[in-house]
Amino acid sequence: MEAMAFLLNGTFVFATALIFAALGGLITERTGVVNLGLEGFMVAGAFSAAVTAYFAEQAGLGGMSAWIGFLSAPLCALLFALMHAIASVRFKADQVISGIVVNMLAASSTFFLVKLIFDGAAETPMLTEVFGKTNIPFLSDLPFFGVAFFQVYPTTIVALILVVIIYFVMFKTPLGLRMRAVGEHPGSADTAGIRVNRLRFLAVLVGGMVASLGGATIALTANSSFSFNTISGQGFIALAAVIFGRWHPIGAMGAALFFGLAQALKDKVQLFEFAKQVPTEVFYMLPYVLTLIVLIFTSKRTSAPAALGQPYDPGKR
Amino acid sequence: MANHAQTGKSSSGWLALLKQESVWISVLSIIIGLIIGAVVMLAGGYDPLLAYESLLLKLFGSKYDVGEALGVIVPLIMTGLAVAIAFRSGMFNIGVEGQIVMGSIGAIVVGHFVNLPPVLHGIVSLLAGTVLGGLWGMLVAWLKTSRGINEVITCIMLNWTALYLSHIVIRTLMEEPGAGRSKMIQDSASISLDRLTAWMDGARVHWGFAIAMIAVIGYYFFINKTKWGYEMRAVGSNKHAAHYAGISVKKTTLRAFFISGMLGGMVGTFEVLGVFKYLAIAPATSGLGFDGIAVALLGMNTALGVLLAAILFGALMYGAQGMSFGADVPGEVIRMVISIIIFFAAAPGILRLVLKRWPRKRQEVSADGSNGVSA
Repeated sequence: MEAMAFLLNGTFVFATALIFAALGGLITERTGVVNLGLEGFMVAGAFSAAVTAYFAEQAGLGGMSAWIGFLSAPLCALLFALMHAIASVRFKADQVISGIVVNMLAASSTFFLVKLIFDGAAETPMLTEVFGKTNIPFLSDLPFFGVAFFQVYPTTIVALILVVIIYFVMFKTPLGLRMRAVGEHPGSADTAGIRVNRLRFLAVLVGGMVASLGGATIALTANSSFSFNTISGQGFIALAAVIFGRWHPIGAMGAALFFGLAQALKDKVQLFEFAKQVPTEVFYMLPYVLTLIVLIFTSKRTSAPAALGQPYDPGKR
Repeated sequence: MANHAQTGKSSSGWLALLKQESVWISVLSIIIGLIIGAVVMLAGGYDPLLAYESLLLKLFGSKYDVGEALGVIVPLIMTGLAVAIAFRSGMFNIGVEGQIVMGSIGAIVVGHFVNLPPVLHGIVSLLAGTVLGGLWGMLVAWLKTSRGINEVITCIMLNWTALYLSHIVIRTLMEEPGAGRSKMIQDSASISLDRLTAWMDGARVHWGFAIAMIAVIGYYFFINKTKWGYEMRAVGSNKHAAHYAGISVKKTTLRAFFISGMLGGMVGTFEVLGVFKYLAIAPATSGLGFDGIAVALLGMNTALGVLLAAILFGALMYGAQGMSFGADVPGEVIRMVISIIIFFAAAPGILRLVLKRWPRKRQEVSADGSNGVSA
């Protein structure tokens, strides 16, 4: 029982970063722009968070530094999101390629800067002022549930609130309706007076900023530093969570939790007796194989935005 | 990618090639990339001239360096072609990473366990990895054609699955204790060119170079001169029209991904049979598949383009090691340069804007009006 509680707790720890990144991807893709740059936005966020928090720490800002680092991430990611938006929305470049360029440039430029700032070091110094787990009053004292759900990093709470906000904006406000219209049928949206490409441009910027919080989360909780393998593929897993979660905020959160559970499982698998017979790598492989299997059984009802990946040219309406 | 798929239609000879706008876009992208790289180095307090000089010196410094640079270029040619053939068929293969891993699994298993005479053993191991890579690629296409699953997500999932599969295979069948890698292949399975290696002071040259050259020429003939190649281009430019014309989109897609996967698989076999002679338990996939996307894009999915782009990127990547040595510049600058090149090549509209404005300004000055740049 206790092992189960820790497993669930670990699930939230790993899932938080994925929730942020998946939400960022979802915002962009709902308006019809493919976002393969999630990995890059996470890298930019993690870099910015670690470096800013480090200098805030040096400046003696104490407990504030983690939050300052966290909030710096979207600003840094904005630069890369701007590239993606200019290339793929303004100049109608292949959106997949544009996303990959973001990944390449974010990775190379941040490592370059880390080496530059920290005299050739391959990673930032270890941070001391990072986020700690908060015990939610009263609830955290509950048996089982307390450990499982109510001893969390503050970032997890932010992520869950963001899920609700984005769900609300996406499905209950005129702005959300417009975004979805642009992603489904840009031509009709244009006829209805919606500035298609301007909305897409904005969505790419906001999406990149939200995704960067995922990177910041990793740098400021699990890692306490930034190095070349801090993100290592999490952005792509977040993208899978977007698709797996059927482009819906709640679905994406569910998918992120599923991947989080798989990650927590591989960390804590030695706690379980049955697992000792099986090579650990089987558990590593599990989330990817399960995703494929689930997709095989659900794929016939595709729910991707109809105009995903198609640049919009008003002249060709 | 449609705009790239149709290049080369009116090119008769080199002169015509030089008149193509897309070629100019590529060349300009490269120049801008190198200039921005220099600016970044200046901003970081480095000497860009010294850096680029050390890059070139590293490349042509010795026979050893030329051989090792080839070792970087050859996989890029292969992954570039792998991505290109999928692009030409209207598909995006972001799964070359996984296909490379599967190729190396096939090569290490056959190379280590099977007993065959030299040469034959190498060929069989190479084929095993190639076919395994091809099947892994075809799985993506099958999931797309039969279940309608987006190839991007399948590829990403299969990349990680392949990586962990390789760990399982090594750990359960052939782990070299404590070394974090598999046992070695038998000598008979090696595809190294030992004499050439000795002549090049130990540079790890292997048959992969010859295979890559054959692949470039083979790709050109396949895509431009054969029925299957024609069908792929047809499906790539308009799936529905191709279907209406009686081409099986499903079969064509499966075929394209099988070939694409085979090219990727071969890269895995090269590394195992020609370079390392073992398979390491790597924490992540190589990244060569992603580099292949860059190569295919800059090379506009043509045989010659992929070859040139692979040589350029490979040379830059290998030379970057010299840069950090000679001018103390972190090698990441070169990856920045490469991504900037891709950025401008991928969004040709940006440079087209510049190219259009530029001659107009010249006209105002000279009133001559001839512009040789944007045809």
